[in-house]
Order: sequence, then structure tokens, then C-alpha cells
Amino acid sequence: MSRLRHTISRASRWHLFLMPLSLLFLLPLLQMVLASFTSNADINRFPPRFIPSALHLSGYVRLFRDAPVGRWMLNSAIVSGIAIVSHLILCSLGGYAYARLSFRGRTVAFVTLVATIMIPTQMLMIPTYFMFTHLGLIDTLGAAFVPFLTSAFGVFLMRQFFLSLPKDLEEAGRIDGLTTFGVFFRIVLPLARPALATLAVFTLLNSWNDLLWPLIAINDPSKFTIQLGLINFQGAHHIDWQELMACNVVATAPLILGFLVAQRQFVQTMSMSGLKG
Amino acid sequence: MKHGILISDHEKAGGGGARRRNAAAVSAAALPAGTDSGSAADGLGGAFGPGAAKPKWTARRRRVVANLTGWSFAAPATLIILGLTLFPAGWAFLISREHWNGITPARQIGWDNYRLMLQDADFRSAVNHTVLFTVLYVPVVLVLGMFLALALNRKIRFISFYRTALFVPLVVSAAATGILANFVFDQQFGLANNVLRVLHLPQQGFLADRHEVMWVIALIYLWTDLAFSVIVYLAALQDIPTDCLEAARMDGANRWQQFRHVILPSLAPVTVFVGVWETISVLQIFELVLTTTHGGPLGASQTVVYFVYNQAFNLSRYGYGSAVAYTLFGATLVITLGLFAYARRSKIEAF
Repeated sequence: MSRLRHTISRASRWHLFLMPLSLLFLLPLLQMVLASFTSNADINRFPPRFIPSALHLSGYVRLFRDAPVGRWMLNSAIVSGIAIVSHLILCSLGGYAYARLSFRGRTVAFVTLVATIMIPTQMLMIPTYFMFTHLGLIDTLGAAFVPFLTSAFGVFLMRQFFLSLPKDLEEAGRIDGLTTFGVFFRIVLPLARPALATLAVFTLLNSWNDLLWPLIAINDPSKFTIQLGLINFQGAHHIDWQELMACNVVATAPLILGFLVAQRQFVQTMSMSGLKG
Repeated sequence: MKHGILISDHEKAGGGGARRRNAAAVSAAALPAGTDSGSAADGLGGAFGPGAAKPKWTARRRRVVANLTGWSFAAPATLIILGLTLFPAGWAFLISREHWNGITPARQIGWDNYRLMLQDADFRSAVNHTVLFTVLYVPVVLVLGMFLALALNRKIRFISFYRTALFVPLVVSAAATGILANFVFDQQFGLANNVLRVLHLPQQGFLADRHEVMWVIALIYLWTDLAFSVIVYLAALQDIPTDCLEAARMDGANRWQQFRHVILPSLAPVTVFVGVWETISVLQIFELVLTTTHGGPLGASQTVVYFVYNQAFNLSRYGYGSAVAYTLFGATLVITLGLFAYARRSKIEAF
């Protein structure tokens, strides 16, 4: 009996710590959503109140009237879509080569590839900007998705996964007369679904949330990604908190909803990678 | 030399028919080498030599096929990655030795940009902010991350709520976080000052106060970033074999002793990993500064990468910006390798 009470009190001690902290972490997001439905008159009221007197959709109405937010969301969706498809194809091909195939220069190439993970992207922004200029990517969505076509981390992740697969199935496929490509597409790739899901989430988070590349390369408002649109919108409407928070909600909602639906997958992805570089 | 040319001709001749050659490779693998079918399948072998040399050619062809197949898998990803990292990294070094505004022709000035850094007070203050931030932030995130992981690694009520609440900021972008922070820490209408007002505490300047701004940015960064270390620590905690803890308990270890002698040592490798990762990412903190303060007020929150961005894209001083970027890269590399060397000397296997 006393042991039971002991366990309960110990558990509740954790609650005393975890409950306030969790609420504290949720509070800003909660306020973001609430403020997007609160009239500016209520936001600017003195003394302020956390709970608004009435809910208004006017922030969203103004937002979609003042800025091409739909276009920005679509641009971001295009960028993330291309990035994910390209990541899945190129990283699994590359990962398979470095895991299973033997060819000349394999070790050197792989070591170089992994070493590039050490190079911080921010260090590359100046030359990359000029590369984009020469490639004609300035003011195109290409500037936003080209840096996310593939990644050394993705190749590394897929390689580790393929190394963990037993070789028997592939050998059986060869005996049945499949080429290397046949073995890869018909046998290996269907088995790689869990790793591909991780890679897709990883790419979605990185490409959707990226600000750096659009920031240096895109000036045309019709080519903005939602992140770039967000900070430009802040510059233009910095006093209209309701509208700004509405914009924030729109930009953040897809990933938060995705996180709530597939939390396990998101957390697993994050545990394998450092996401916020 | 002649040999080499022959091989490359051979490669070219077969380049158009990779699939056919694959078929040849499969049959060559399936049948014992030296039979005629290998060369009969594509008819190339006959063009180069009489029958006596065939076994050798088959082996070589198999190697060529293997190389082509391997590279056709590996080349797209490899070339894109190297093109977007190694190539610009080399170029950045060349730019860092130039005086260049991006429009008029660049002028070679040797190491002048690097010398300029030593005398630049703005640069020095950016370095100070960044270093101070790193030194204060990384230990906090390690301790808090480990503690929270310990707290979350148990089956209690509401545990999935706690996890969701603490992890969700990780998917919020830097831009959205920055704008949200501007609202929460707004001097007049922000939540933070409202809470202080309700508690009858003095109002604060937060992001507008030179002495508070870096602390506030650190707090915001902690909000977005803490989950990463918690998640990594949680994964590591779940890898600790329960036998070890069981054994410690049998030997009469109390909770603190279990933590100190079983859990803490097995978390050491992960701590090195998280520590290095956090150090690298904090040294490069940029987007949050851009979306909250633009380095202000009066440069009080200018970090090194923001300094680079400002020099290059606001002031068109691409050479100087590249020199600073390269210096940061060098410093990051030295610090990272130093941490790894330290870990190895302390007998911690980090990776």
C-alpha cells in the first residue's frame, strides 16, 4: 500500500514539472491561433485579455485579399513536391550503389560525399547565389528546389538501410534473370518503404521550412514560397497583428497537422537527423 | 596508354546499349567464363581480338559493366551534391581573396579581407555575440534535453500529450517562429509583458533592449530546438538494456546512483553527438535573427552569419562576406574536431 502511494507521488512529481512546461510550450502556438481570430481592437485593448471577446474571420479575409497567399502556398507545395520525389529517387539510387554495387571510385566518392555534410549551407550562400545567377535560376522556383533535389544525408540514410537488408532476396532475383536495375526496382525498393517514409518527412520539413535560398534568389512576389512571403508580409503589415497571425497559421498549419497525424514518423525522422540547421 | 584508349573505345562502343550489356553480364555471370556465348551476345569481343584472348576480355567487360552500372546509380546524386557543396566551397575561397561588388570586375587583393576582419569592430562584436550564445546555450540544451528525456521516458498519464506539446515547435519554421516571437515579445501588446503586468512586475524591452535581446533570442531558439536533443536522448535511453538497470537495482543502487553510474555513462556518446550538432547549428544561427531583430537594436544581436548576409546581400561586399564565412567554417571545423578528439581521449565512442 505504501509502495503504491510512493509510486503515485513520484509520478505526480513529474506531472508538476511536465504539465506547466507543456502548457508553456503550447502557449505561443495557442496565442497565434487565437490572435488570428481576434479583432485588432481586441488585441490592442488595454489591459489586454488572453481570451478574445468575439471570434472574427476578418484577419483571414484581409490576408487573402492583401497578398497572393494561395499562390505562395502552391509554390511551396510545388517546391516540396519536387524535392520529395527527387530525393526519393536520387537518394535511393545513390544509397543502393554505395551499399551494394562495386565500381571504381566508390570509396573515394562516398567518403567525399559524407564529408560534405560538414560544410554549412550558410557558408555557401554567396557562391550559390552567383551559381543561381549563371544557371538562370534567379526569380524562379528552381532557386527554391534545386538545393533540395538530393542530399548527402539522404544518400547516407538509404545506404545504411540497404546495408541492413539481407542479400538473399537480391541474389534470388539475379538467379531469376533480373538485371541490376530490375533487382533494384522490383525487389529492393518495395522493401525500403520505411526508410523512404523517413526520407520523405525529412525532405518535407527541410524544403517547406527553408527560408535562406528563396531569400537570396527570389524577388518576384508571384514566385515567393510561403516562408519568404511570410517575412515580406511582416515587413508590409507589421502593425496588423491579426492578419500577420492569420498568415502564420496558414504557413504553419500543414506541417503541424502532418505532425499530429503522423507523430511517430516525424519523431523517428527527427531522431535520425538534425533538422534545424 | 594504348590499352587505356582501347578500353575507353570499348566503353563508348557499348555505351548506347547499357541494357544489352547488362544482359551480357548476367549471362556471363551465369555461365562459366570462356564459353562463346558471352561474346556472341553482343558481338563486340570479336572486334578486338582472336578467340584466345576471350576470357580476359570477358572479365574486363564485366568490370566495365559493373562500373557503368554502379555509376549510373550513384552519379546523379553524387554530382548534384558535390556541385552544390564542394564546387561553391572552392569558389567561396576564391571570392574571399577578391574585392568584389558583384557587378564590376573583381580585384585580387590576397589576404586583405582576412586582415580587415581583425580590425573590424562590428565583426568582433558579432563574434562575441555568437560565442557567448554558443557557450551559454549548448550546456543548457544538453542538461535540459537529458532531463526532459528522463522525464518523458516513463509510462505515466498524459505522456503522449506532453510529448506532442514539447515536440511540436520543431516543425514550426524559423520565419513563423520569428514572427510569432515578435508578437509574444511585443512591448505593448505582447503576451510576455502582459503576464508581467498581471504579476505587477516591471515591463521589459525584450527584443528592443540591447541587453536583453540575445537572451530573448536564446529563449526562442530553445523553444524551437529543445525537442531535437530530447528526441535523440529519448532514443538513446530506450537503447539502454533493462538488465543493466535491473542489476544495479539488485546491487542496492538508489535512483541517483542508478543515474550516475548506469544511465549517464551510456548517454555519453549521444551527448557528444548532440553537443557537436548543437554547437554547429548555434554557431550558424541566422534566420531567427533575420526574422526578429535584423541584428538590432544597434547591432546588439548581430551574429556571424547575419554579418555575412548583411555584408554580401545588403552592402554588396561579397569578398569580405566570403572571407568571414570561410573563417567561420574553419572555426567550426576546428571546434568540431576538437570536441571529437576530446571525446576520443575520454574513451567515448561518438559515432
